[in-house]
Formats: sequence, structure tokens, C-alpha cells
Amino acid sequence: MTSASGPAVCCRGVTKEFGSGEAQVRALRGIDVDIQYGQMTLLVGPSGCGKTTLISIMAGLLDPSAGEVSLLGCNLRSLAGSRLVRFRAEHIGFVFQQYNLLPSLTAVENAAVPLIIRGMRRSQAIERALELITEVGLRDRAQALPAQLSGGQQQRVAIARALVHEPRLLVCDEPTAALDAQSGRTVMNLIRRVTVRSDRAVIVVTHDNRVFDLADRIIAMSDGLIDLTATESEQSVLRNHQQRTTENHA
Amino acid sequence: MNWLAWKMLTGDRTKYLGIVFGVAFGTLLIAQQASIFVGLMRRTSSQIIDITSADIWVMDQRQRNVDDIRPMPDSRLGRVRGVTGVEWAVRLSKSMIRVRTLNGDFTQGILVGVDDASFTGAPLEMLQGHHADLRRPDGVILDFDGYRQLFPGEPVTVGRVLDMNDRRAVVVGICRVTPPFQTFPVIYTRYSQAVQFMPPQRNTLSFILARAERGQQPQKLARRISRQTGLKALTWDEFFWLNIGYYIENTGIPVNFGITVTLGFIVGGAIAGQTFYLFTLENLRQFGSLKAMGVTNFRLIGMILLQASIVGIMGYGIGLGGSALFFELMERSGQADLRGMWVPWQVAVIAAAAVGVIIVLSSLLSLRRVLVLEPAMVFR
Repeated sequence: MTSASGPAVCCRGVTKEFGSGEAQVRALRGIDVDIQYGQMTLLVGPSGCGKTTLISIMAGLLDPSAGEVSLLGCNLRSLAGSRLVRFRAEHIGFVFQQYNLLPSLTAVENAAVPLIIRGMRRSQAIERALELITEVGLRDRAQALPAQLSGGQQQRVAIARALVHEPRLLVCDEPTAALDAQSGRTVMNLIRRVTVRSDRAVIVVTHDNRVFDLADRIIAMSDGLIDLTATESEQSVLRNHQQRTTENHA
Repeated sequence: MNWLAWKMLTGDRTKYLGIVFGVAFGTLLIAQQASIFVGLMRRTSSQIIDITSADIWVMDQRQRNVDDIRPMPDSRLGRVRGVTGVEWAVRLSKSMIRVRTLNGDFTQGILVGVDDASFTGAPLEMLQGHHADLRRPDGVILDFDGYRQLFPGEPVTVGRVLDMNDRRAVVVGICRVTPPFQTFPVIYTRYSQAVQFMPPQRNTLSFILARAERGQQPQKLARRISRQTGLKALTWDEFFWLNIGYYIENTGIPVNFGITVTLGFIVGGAIAGQTFYLFTLENLRQFGSLKAMGVTNFRLIGMILLQASIVGIMGYGIGLGGSALFFELMERSGQADLRGMWVPWQVAVIAAAAVGVIIVLSSLLSLRRVLVLEPAMVFR
């Protein structure tokens, strides 16, 4: 069903509307995009352009109003209810802007949550989570509670949690927005280093153009449409586009 | 996932303890007040409870409860003895009497006159002396709490002299009885002696106690006695519940306790429910994350119900234990007001049901929020 050949995510004519009548908002207006395995794809654009809506649809958290979405070789329309929930649990990892760690669990326990959700025994899950915690450089803070960790450390725990169950798709929503520049760079470097591999696709939604150099591909959006797709070598084109878009919105 | 539910619940210690407190408070009020109500109602039938040797109580047709004495002529005793199936029948008198205390004050007392020959109706638990000591001139048996009331601070011993309705009585025995509804001393003497202590009156017979012959059903015998004698004859059970029913219907006691129990339910439920709901609200992002990571609504329902059950069981245990401890302390303190009361198992079951309702209602409010939660909200 899932394969490392072909795109990890394929969107064709994806549209999303919220509300109805005069209050209706078209967040996405016919998106066609492929997300490839083995790449870190940045999704960039001004606030309100539809980035979060798009990744929510790609991750199976929202249904599109129109269009087709293929996720890891599965048509999302064929997955519904508990099947979709189980699919997410097995194949998708999430890194949230606000970390969303459980405050009463230690760092390693938080990282083990996806495995516990999948039914693994707690001791086994924590053992596996400890490997990821070590990989993100927090071995000595494994027993700390989130309140005892800095923002950057909490986000590293969140990255470990997102990877512990070996997902095929990793979705990161503004992972550095709550961090200072240095911590943000550290986190992005970590994402680049530990998440990208040939059988996994990584999507990162970000405002921060300082991390564009870490991306394999950058998709720029505005007003619910894809404006531009740039590879690593086309960074300057992208920066110019971003500047124009920002000025237009201002 | 059970472990996760437990950690989420206990991680926020303030809210966790707040919910447990709410449930415990509600349980304590419900159990304690309901138990006091049951105990008080039992006390209205204390004289019935303390006489277990008789199957049937016979009394005037118009009598409504054990205190509503309608004296009968002594000849009624012969009529009851003449009914087929009656193994034996004896006299019992019950009246209020004026007793002088140690410091010269007067107080009311309950005077019970038991059968001269068999002492049927005499107290079950004797602390000092024997039933046979009632044969001594002017002999009376006094209950322990009544003794302390009449002779405060004095050592409890037989031989004390009482002034009852200006007649001399000698305490020949100390007993323990079921505390009466009105905390008056309970004084036992022979029927013939009781008649002399009472103010003069034409009829002195309060009750006839009867026992059914082996093989006779007490209920059927009671109906036969009523038919043949024209008196009211009730089994022990029937008289017990008739007495309690009278006080429930004709006093404000049930309403008063009912209000308190209801308040306990409402206040306890409000504290627990509100705190539990707040706990859910504050963890909404976490629940959203769990949904995004693949926890189904079914499992979320299980988590929340487990959390609610944990606080419910803990709060119930603490509240019920608190009630039991309260009555134990009352017993040990020697306070006659609440002595002899406990938490009946029926009250514990009712309290458990009330806690169950509180927990379910609290859970429903929280469940509704979590189930309608869109997992995509974690991206906002």
C-alpha cells in the first residue's frame, strides 16, 4: 500500500472552504502539489495563506472540500473514521509549534507516547524512546518534566516523539516560531539531520527565511494558491518572491 | 492508555485533589446525614428494638406509635391469652415519669414496667446487677446514659436512690439500651411496681407482648388476635415500621435531612464537576495532540471515564471513611446524642449511587468538549 517510490503526498485540485454564504472563506483554491520521499520540503508564505490548512489536509486531520489527496499511496477518501486515525498513528509524526508535550510526563515518557498509543508495553516503549531522546542530545534530561526544559529542549523532545514510531511522513508546523534565532536554528538543523531519509517525507511549515538553506525544496503559497516552487539552488528567487508578497499584504 | 490517563489526572495535583475533595465532601454529607436520619428514626422505635423475645405487640386499636399510649384495662390480657396459637402473653407498661436529679432538678424519664414473673421486656444488656434484682423492694434498673444524666460525674454503681414522682426507688441494676429518640433516662421496674410510680389512673396496661406457638406464623396470629379481641395486633416488624412511618409522615425530620442530603449532592457535584471540566479544558491541547497522533474517540472516552472513576472511588472512600470515623468518635466520646449510630450498608450504597451520578455528569460535560474537538486545532 505504501511505497518509497512515487510521491509521499499527492494533492490534485485540493480546495478547502470554511463557513457558508457571505461568510465563506476559501482557504485553498485548487492546490496541485507533490511531496517527495527523502526530501525536506518547506511550506512558506504569509499568515493566512493556507499553509496550515494544507498540511492539516495532507496529514488527514481535515477533509478537503474538493480535490483528491493521496497519502503514502492511499487515497484519503478510502480511509475514514477509525481507519484514518489508525493510519495516522502508524505512519505520520507531528511536531507542533507549541510542542504540546504532556506536562506530567517526563521527556522520555512524552517521547514514548506514540508507541503506547499503538499498544506497545510501556517499558518497551520507553526503552525505544530513550534511543530517540539520546539521538536528539537530551539523554541527561530524559527524566526531566517539560516545565524543567527550555523551549528548544522541549521541541527536541517533540521531535523525538514524532519519530519514535518510524513514521513515513513527518509534519512540522512552525517548529521554531516559539524559539529564539539560535535555538530555532539548532532545532532546524536537528530536523534536517535526524528526520530526512530515503523512505520518509518531511514537510515543514515556517515563516523563517533564515532556514531556507536547509530545505531540499520550498513551496511558496499566497491566498490559497501555490505561487512558486523552488529548489535549494533557487533560494534568491524565492526570497525576492517573499519580499514582494509581504509588501502586497502590508 | 490507562497509565496515560492516570498520569494526566495526577499531574495537576491541585485539580486532582480538588475533584477528590468535591466528591469526598458530597459523600461525607450524604452518608453522614442519611445515617443520622436513619439512626434517629431507629431511636423512635428503641423500645421495640430492645424487646426481641415477643413476636407480637398488642395495643389499643387507636394507637399510632410506640409513644402514643392508650392505656387498656388489665382484662385485655386474658383475651389475648385465650387466642389459639398464643404461647404466652404478658403485660408491659410504658409511661413518662418525673425524676429528680442529683442537684435537685427534675427531668423526664421513660418508665417501663415489665412482667413481674418472667421479666419479659427487661433490658438485654446488663452492665451491673441482674433482672431478678427487680424483685427487691422499690428496685429499678437504670440505663447507663440515664445514670450519667441523673448523677453526672459520679461513679456508676448500683444502690443509688432515686426520687420518682415523689416515691423512693433504688437502682438495683445498670443496663445499656438502644438510645431513645428523646434522650431521657430509661427506667425498668416490675409492672406492679411501675403502677405505683405512675400518677394514679384507671388503666395502666400499655401493651401486651405475645409469643406465637411453634409452627404459628406471627403475621397470621396477629390478624387472628385483632379479629378476636378487637385490639390492634402487629408483628415486631410491622410495629417497627409503623412507628417509623408515623414519624416520617408527621414530623419535619425527613424534609430537613432530605434538604441537607440534597445540598451535599449538589455542592459536592458542583465542585467535582466544575473542577473536572476545568481540568479537561486546560488539557484540551493535549487531548487534541493525542487525537492527532492517533487516539480514537473511543479510547478518549475510556481515558476520561477512567479518570472520573479514579477520583470518584477515592472521593467516595474518603467521604465514607470520614462518616464512619465521625460516628466512631461520637461513640468513644460518650456523647449520648449520637451514640449508637453508624453508617448502614444501605446508606453506603445510596451514597455510592450518588457519587456515580456525580461522576457520570462530570464526565459527560468533559467528554462533550473532547469528542467535538478537531485534531487540526493543535495546528492553530
